[in-house]
Amino acid sequence: MIVDKLQQLGQHSIAKIQGMGRATLMLFGALIAWPTPRKSFPLLLKQLYVVGVLSLLIILVSGLFIGMVLALQGYTVLSKFGAEQMLGPLVALSLLRELGPVVTALLFAGRAGSALTAEIGLMKATEQLSGMEMMAVDPLRRIIAPRFWAGVISMPLLALIFTAVGILGGHLVGVDWLGVDGGGYWSAMQANVDFQQDILNGVIKSVVFALIVTWIALHKGFDAVPTSEGISQATTQTVVTSSLAVLGFDFILTAVMFGG
Amino acid sequence: MTSRRIEVLVGLFVALAIAAFLLLSLKVANSGMTGSGQTYMLYAKFENIGGLKVRSPIKVGGVVVGRVRSIELNTEEYSPVVAMEIDSQYNNFPETSSVAILTSGLLGEQYLGLQPGFVDETVSILKSGDYVEDTKSAIVLEELIGQFLFNRGSN
Repeated sequence: MIVDKLQQLGQHSIAKIQGMGRATLMLFGALIAWPTPRKSFPLLLKQLYVVGVLSLLIILVSGLFIGMVLALQGYTVLSKFGAEQMLGPLVALSLLRELGPVVTALLFAGRAGSALTAEIGLMKATEQLSGMEMMAVDPLRRIIAPRFWAGVISMPLLALIFTAVGILGGHLVGVDWLGVDGGGYWSAMQANVDFQQDILNGVIKSVVFALIVTWIALHKGFDAVPTSEGISQATTQTVVTSSLAVLGFDFILTAVMFGG
Repeated sequence: MTSRRIEVLVGLFVALAIAAFLLLSLKVANSGMTGSGQTYMLYAKFENIGGLKVRSPIKVGGVVVGRVRSIELNTEEYSPVVAMEIDSQYNNFPETSSVAILTSGLLGEQYLGLQPGFVDETVSILKSGDYVEDTKSAIVLEELIGQFLFNRGSN
């Protein structure tokens, strides 16, 4: 009875660790190679379009609305203390430090991560990856590497755009609608936001999240059971696992960067 | 979808991101530069710095002229020494000037108020690395309350 439970636990752990090992091997196989910019740059460009440009709309719209909601909610509390001029720092700091990187990573996992998993899973199911190997084309180099770099490059850029649009959205609601002083909005922000402490740390966060989300998405697709059910499971797992990983790592990074 | 169109759209995406980064670093953050960017250092020794922090503003008549660079404890007398980084545009403070730790509003953050002193033939101008001798420490609320209660008790 207890031994059965223990066996289950052991099986589960071994499977998890094997999965992590396969994911690491996949990443090393894709990234450690002699760079061939002439061949890989067009592939990277295509993936930057698919992963980055096509995610732009959802990032712009949600950034705008999150900035607007922050300003609206912040205003109701701050106006009770007569501290409306602190609305700028409130919106800017919460977007730069937390919401920009985290919400972008979650949206990115849902929008681009799931698509990557489904695409690669389907390639595996239709034996396109095996076909490439037959033609002496390394699928890790041809399929995985450009998608990985595209994700890692485009997500920090998306997070920057998200944050900037959010701050403009906060300006729209706070200054143009609720009547906070416009000069105070920007000057209080400038007095309270530090380039290194806030902006650079936010960018570091989004680079870490980009690595995590893209890696998980690619591995789940590459490791998917090559059936329609397996692909659907892998896609779900991508979104769930990478969202949880982003939130977990966010806590650790926040504790390290801003905790002390 | 031709590859030219993809290239244009990716270029647009990157340009948008660069614009966002510029907006964030120029309009949202102060990149540590005030005016010309040239600064010089003055020092001041206090009894108690209260809630003063590194990067707290230094104000003359309410105008920010610099920021606190560092706060260290002098190991000989165990009194805090504050290093002030002041814009070299304002390099004409006489040695009779005084600094006080003040609070903006009742609950606001603490800042350094620099008060320029008088000038005559015997008074020289503060140079980089000089100490401002006349300092007033922060008011600590608990000490005030303690004094008040002590005075009431003795009456």
